[in-house]
Order: sequence, then structure tokens, then C-alpha cells
Amino acid sequence: MTNLWTRCNNCQRILYKQDIIDNLYVCPLCNFHFRVEARERVAMLLDPGSYTFIDENIYPEDPLGFEDSLPYSARLRENQEKTSLADAIISAVGTIGGIPVVMAVMEFNFMGGSMGSVVGEKVTRVAERALVEKIPLIIISCSGGARMQEGALSLMQLMKTSSALAKLDEAGIPYISILTDPTTGGVTASFAMLGDVNIAEPGALIGFAGPRVIEQTIKEKLPKGFQRAEFLLAHGMLDDVVHRKNLRSYLIRLLRLFLNRYEK
Amino acid sequence: MNSVDFYQLEKPILELKERIDKLEGSDDPRKKDKIQALREEISRLWEEIVPQLTAKHIVQLARHPQRPYTLDYIQALVEDFIELHGDRRFADDPAIVAGLGFYKGRTVAFIGHQKGRTTRERIARNFGQPNPEGYRKALRIMKLAEKFHFPVVTFIDTPGAYPGIGAEERGQAEAIATNLREIAKLKVPIVNIVIGEGGSGGALAIGVGDIMFMLEYSFYSVISPEGCAAILWKDQSAVDKAAENLKLTARDLLALGIIDKIIPEPPGGAHIDPEQTFRQVDRHLAPALKKLEEMPIEELLLARHRKFRKMGVFSLK
Ligand SMILES: [Zn+2]
Repeated sequence: MTNLWTRCNNCQRILYKQDIIDNLYVCPLCNFHFRVEARERVAMLLDPGSYTFIDENIYPEDPLGFEDSLPYSARLRENQEKTSLADAIISAVGTIGGIPVVMAVMEFNFMGGSMGSVVGEKVTRVAERALVEKIPLIIISCSGGARMQEGALSLMQLMKTSSALAKLDEAGIPYISILTDPTTGGVTASFAMLGDVNIAEPGALIGFAGPRVIEQTIKEKLPKGFQRAEFLLAHGMLDDVVHRKNLRSYLIRLLRLFLNRYEK
Repeated sequence: MNSVDFYQLEKPILELKERIDKLEGSDDPRKKDKIQALREEISRLWEEIVPQLTAKHIVQLARHPQRPYTLDYIQALVEDFIELHGDRRFADDPAIVAGLGFYKGRTVAFIGHQKGRTTRERIARNFGQPNPEGYRKALRIMKLAEKFHFPVVTFIDTPGAYPGIGAEERGQAEAIATNLREIAKLKVPIVNIVIGEGGSGGALAIGVGDIMFMLEYSFYSVISPEGCAAILWKDQSAVDKAAENLKLTARDLLALGIIDKIIPEPPGGAHIDPEQTFRQVDRHLAPALKKLEEMPIEELLLARHRKFRKMGVFSLK
């Protein structure tokens, strides 16, 4: 297969790559939502030319001197080269449908979107920016959870980000959380579940524990569709599941409602 | 290579402890002196063991089946404790206990993970692994404490939040996240004491506040060393290495600025002399509560926010 073609993870059909890209990285045949790189996400949602990336100068450290098969510092360099990002998140200020917003998007290609000190700091900063500028916050999560290589410091990012969002909550600044495939562990158990509105993309895996851990614990097969976005919607954990092609217009409509901005 | 288990190391101490327990129940006229001599022997043995203790040993000590649990602390330190049950949504989760009691003559809300002592009780308490109901009950009691201006004391001792189907269906992650956000805003002092296992988000959900203590041989970690070994080393025998790398001991967490103070344990660990452990906790808890209660509430909330705001290590380039 040349790199012009790819196989859909879901329906297994061979597809022309450009067709998928033109369709917002959604399989035109079965609607499977492929993972989208963080920068691409920003471009898909914010008004063209309206945004600038912020807090790009925040880089991870190796406070524990962690080393498994590779030292953490080497793993970081590897992932920084692979993604040309400092860590597993980017943030931007811009407009969506003319409405000023601050936005953070997680990058799964960077160590599985894991949350260490940098992700925690950048989420905290976008929340603070939203608070100071009194503009809505949008966070797009995509993460396997807290980053083991930063130990308890990663764990504390759950509280740090939740504490920052508590201020937004008190100030009445809208926060929209968008959960994409996959959002699990410490990210779900902190900022991803704390939106005034929590929405997800179709088929996204969302949960606290990963499905493998649950299976090993209860020693049973998991029900079909377990921990998928539609399952969470049915159990009352999400406000809606929104197809990627409708996401931008959905956000604009939602923000207008939150801001009481009627336009006809 | 794995080191010898803590349970091997402590064998001679447990034997001495058994002799103490026997003496305590006897009417030996010289029992006080004899017990004193045995305690001194334990101290001497312990001094030899301490330099050999690895992170894995501390994890085993923190999980020791004889270690005092939340209700043991409450029984020792609190008068007229009344346990309050249920989340008013779905169920009562026995993996978390909560209630009100007098501490130093003042009403305080106590919340903690609870493990079982017997096999039956362990199963009933789900090995101290809460479901969402447990976290929602904890939050309900925190709000109750806020309403009546009672400080909150929490005891942390869990392998983690329960990874089960029902837990996911009922929003385990949402329950934890909501607790974190609401704790950030709670208008009463909160003191946290890690008494055993601090297992990840399941510990954090009732384990953050204004002052955080850890018992000397407790641990607090983003993931269990076993889980970490399985994921990063793909090898269960790497538990030693994982525990070492995770920097999960009280000393590590103090050095990282995550906790405020270490509460010393008696020679051999908390389970060898629970009474002394309770006294040590008492000695730390009373002044901490007093200090927090003297702070104006706005100042307290600001300090709480700043404490977590500065957690994390990164560089600006
Ligand atoms: Zn397809």
C-alpha cells in the first residue's frame, strides 16, 4: 500500500487518504472518527486566521529521574522530535464564529496524551486566561491518563487543574469539555468531566479505568459498546455525542446560548 | 531481581510483639518491665532493618494486614462518633466511612477509606476500593461540615477507585473530578492523613485539602507499582524497580513539596504499636486543626489554591 491509501480501523475498507482528510478525518463509508492531531483540531474549529498559540515555552523536566527501558528525559526528546511539540497539549486564543475563546487541545501522539506537570500547568493557564479575559474555555481531551514518569506530581495535576476550574465555576465563565478517543484515567477524573457541558465524539472510549484493567479485575467479558461515548450518553455522563462535521457549528450555537447572544 | 519481602524482614519483630501481647493479657507482676525490655529489643532490631528498607518494602508495610485502619484511628481519637451512611443517590459504599464526632471537644467531620480485617469484612468493604457512591457520600459529608462550620479530617488508605462495570456506568471519573473541584471551594479547614495506601485518583478524591500528613511508612502514588511494572516494564517482577522509580514514599513526597509533614511511626511500623501511632497522629492533628481554624476563611481558600497552583515541575524556554 502506498502512503496515498489507508485502511479504516473500523470497516477495514481501503480508502484514499485525501478523501478521509477532506472529510475531517472521518471514514466516508462508516463514519469512524480517526484521531486528529492537536494543531489540526485548532484549525478545524477556530476561525481561520483568528488564533495564536500561547504558552508554547513550557517544557517538561524529569523531576524523579525516572527510567524504565528508556530514561524519561530521552523519551521526552523522542516525543518532542516526533510531534514537534513541547508536551502533550497545545493552547490557543482566537475566535469561533466570531466569539473570542481560549482553547487547549491534547495531543495523543505525545506519550499517549499523558498528563504530567506541563499539561497540568497549561490547562491551569488556559483556565486562568479565560477567567481574566472573561471568555469561554474549550478543552479537547485525548489522553490515557496521568503520566507515570512524573509520579505523584502528575497525580497532583488532577487537583491543580480542578482547582483552577473551580474559580471559573464560581465566576460563571462557560467551560465546554470535548472528550475524544480515548479519554481515560486522570484526565477524565479531573478537567475532562468538569465542563458546564461535556460532549464527546462518536465512538470515543471514555472512562476512569481502562477496559483491560476492568476485565482483569472482574474476570468477565465487557458488554458491547462499554465505555464508548454512546454508552456514557445513555448513562447520563455526557450532554451529547456530536459528529465531527457538526462540532464547530454545535460549539458556536452552544456558546451563543451561554453568552445570551441572540443573532438572526 | 526482587529483594526479600518485608514480611520476611519483620518476622523477629512480630515474634517479640506476640510476646508483648501475651504479657499484656497476663498478671505477671513484672510485666511492665518485661514489656519495656521487649520494646527496646524491637527498637534495636528495627534500627538494623531501617537502612535495608526499599520502596517496595514500604509499599508492603503500608498494605500490612495488621496496620491500623480508619475506624481504628477514629475509635482511638474521637469521642461520640456517629457514622453517617449513603450518598442519597444510589447506595452506601462501605469502602468509605464518614461521620461526625468530637475531637478535642469540638465537632469534626471524619472521612476515610476503610479496609476490612477478616476475609468477610474485606470483601464487604471491597478491599477499600470505593465506587462512585463512596466519593459522593464523602462529598455530601464535606458539604454538611461546611454548612455547620465543622473542620474535615480525612484518612487515606486505598489501593484505588474500584475498576468495575457499575463504577464506570455510574461515573467513577465524574465523582472523583467533582470532589476535587468542590474540595477546592469548601469553606472549612481540611486535614488529610495518608495512613496506608494512597492509590492514585481514588485516594486523591478525598485526599486533598489544606494540610497533608503522611505516616512514615505509607505511600502515595499515581499508579500501583504492580500496574506500573506491567505497563512500562511489561514484567511483574519489575515491581521493585517501579516502586523505586515512582518516588512514592513519604520522604520522597516531602522532598517534592507535595505533603506538609511526615508523622513518625513506632519501631516496626504502625501495627507493632498502634497506641503510639495514635498518639503521634493526635500530636500532629490537634495543632494543625487549631492553626487552620484560626485562619480567616478567604485566606484559607487562597492558601489552598496557591498550594496546588504551584505543584508541578517544568521549565520555561
Ligand atoms: Zn470505515
